[in-house]
Amino acid sequence: MRTTVSETRIEAELPSPPDELVQLLDPEGRRLTDPLYDPYVADVTDDDLMALYEDLVVVRRIDVEATALQRQGQLGLWPPLLGQEAAQVGSARALRADDFVFSSYRENAVAYCRGVELPQLVEVWRGTAQAGWNPYAVNMATPQIVIGAQTLHAVGYAVGCRHDGVDTATVTYFGDGATTQGDVNEAMVFAASFGAPVVFFCQYNQGAISEPVGLQAQRPIAERAPGFGIPSIRVDGNDVLAVLAATRRALERAHRGDGPTFIEAVTYRMGPHTTSDDPSRYVDPEQKAAWAAKDPIARVEAHLRERGVLTEARAASVAAKADEVAAAFRAGCLALPNPAPLSVFDHVYAEPHAGVARQRSQQAAYLRSIGEEGGE
Amino acid sequence: MTELTLAKAVNSGLRRALADDDRVVLLGEDIGQLGGVFRVTDGLQREFGTDRVMDMPLAESGIIGMAIGLAYRGFRPVCEIQFDGFIYPAFDQIVAQVAKLHYRTRGAVRMPITIRVPFGGGIGAVEHHSESPEAYFAHTAGLRVVTCSTPQDAHTMIRQAIACDDPVLFFEPKRRYWTKGEVDEDADFPFDRARVVLEGTDVTIVAYGPLVATAIDAAIAASDDGISIEVIDLRSLSPLDLDTVEASVRKTGRLVITHEAAQFGGLGAEIAASITDRCFLHLEAAPARVTGFDTPYPSARAEEHFLPDLDRILDAVDRVLGRQNALTGWSAS
Repeated sequence: MRTTVSETRIEAELPSPPDELVQLLDPEGRRLTDPLYDPYVADVTDDDLMALYEDLVVVRRIDVEATALQRQGQLGLWPPLLGQEAAQVGSARALRADDFVFSSYRENAVAYCRGVELPQLVEVWRGTAQAGWNPYAVNMATPQIVIGAQTLHAVGYAVGCRHDGVDTATVTYFGDGATTQGDVNEAMVFAASFGAPVVFFCQYNQGAISEPVGLQAQRPIAERAPGFGIPSIRVDGNDVLAVLAATRRALERAHRGDGPTFIEAVTYRMGPHTTSDDPSRYVDPEQKAAWAAKDPIARVEAHLRERGVLTEARAASVAAKADEVAAAFRAGCLALPNPAPLSVFDHVYAEPHAGVARQRSQQAAYLRSIGEEGGE
Repeated sequence: MTELTLAKAVNSGLRRALADDDRVVLLGEDIGQLGGVFRVTDGLQREFGTDRVMDMPLAESGIIGMAIGLAYRGFRPVCEIQFDGFIYPAFDQIVAQVAKLHYRTRGAVRMPITIRVPFGGGIGAVEHHSESPEAYFAHTAGLRVVTCSTPQDAHTMIRQAIACDDPVLFFEPKRRYWTKGEVDEDADFPFDRARVVLEGTDVTIVAYGPLVATAIDAAIAASDDGISIEVIDLRSLSPLDLDTVEASVRKTGRLVITHEAAQFGGLGAEIAASITDRCFLHLEAAPARVTGFDTPYPSARAEEHFLPDLDRILDAVDRVLGRQNALTGWSAS
């Protein structure tokens, strides 16, 4: 059932939006010129592009390994990023170390680029913790599961940075489905009102679980931002170089104190929403095949091979590294300890709380009484 | 010592907090130039500037969500929700984020956010302006929930809430905003301890916020009948100071709990169950609750029939004492 009205009514009255996607590498790996965005990647050498290629290969390999771990019962759930590698790596590699990220749960490639330790990527999904890492250690908040809630946190953090007189930028990641949420709209109003140095990075991945993007948006989402007073960019989310350039441009504005920017990275979620999902019920095979032809890794590979940078030997070495990372990732995952029984009472409050303390001691006594370990 | 209204006492507490710690920032609708709809933040923006006292766009979720980001950055945000019934758009950010971030991050991220909420009825307001939503938040692990009933407590407790490293829902009894009392800025007391307002031997009345004054009135009226009532102001609703209530009930053997919020699943139920559990054999009668009804808050001209008042509290006192109702002669036994 088609529930949107775009094709029947609005599209009849208004012209289709022009295809203004920023693109620097086309799906065949040809380097396109763009006078506005070329300067933002003028410093990117062949070696830098090789490093990005390696990131893309490694994060896809981690993602595949995580899906396998879930299928083997080692993870409760996993949200694959398959197809969105370039959007995540390109944007994350544009960040300065002091920039701060507020992401959703799918940005595992961003977390990898921020330096999150491998097993920490899966703690949430294995169920050993509610958050895998200390946000201050990598300047990235732990994954947000409530859709769009993190965008407001980003605005607050950014306003705090300005209060502190630092030029740190804050980046928030979310998907096209999240843009329907009130929080995301409020975040854009607040960011514009306070001139917050925030980059809103929307991965337009064509779906919110089973719901097509047309149910969330009749027009490119990037068109909304100017209505809030926020300039926006539409970029080919499968083009790592274009994403790097677009994000650098947005970050430059934030670092300079020019306020928020909205980036719509147009991509496609090649996998399920999570490992619990069944995309065969809703995915259009033709659409998926069309997007497979725009694979974010294949175009970088073609480009680097064409330039003679990526040899068979180097490709094999990148693949070997990806396998090594995946093996370490798996080993780290399997070694994660289960939480101790009484740890459920830890960190509920920062200061003593009589109610929690009472329940903790009662549970400890109970565990002792039944001879359970961990009863202290 | 200075005599202040309760609203002014919160104001002076906020002023001290802003002056003592430059990480304290105030966020809310109309709190700057206007000084808040109840003038609780009057003059603070003029004194501390628009970066410290921020008028916010009109979105409660946005206010709390932004406060979370500020707290991530090391600030101590104090948010004003303009009226109790407007807190619900922020419910997700409070319950799913503010309450859980410290737990989620195993203590790495602290959320020293204070959320001020004028609450309760009795001011003849329209819908959504007279509610008592404290139980929703007391039910949520990770939040502290407190109320004040006097200018002194209002001043001291708002500063304690702001200084606390945990998130605090700070419920201000709006119909008592104009109550005057002496305020000693240097006074201090434990943040999560109840206060025995009046000592007595026959019945314990537990109240908080706007009904503490009503409970005191009831105790004074009962004393005319020779009944000695101990009145306890809970102050903190999470955690609950059950030790203080238990000590009182072990002495009196009879417990009446009163709040404006609905009865079902409310603080009264929790206190009655906990005290029954702790000192069942000291109870001479089942604990009685005198609360708002399990109905939506009614229209202003009907609120007197909804709000617990002196007579309904005394009726409960009679019941736990097994006496005939002083007004009607009715008896449960």
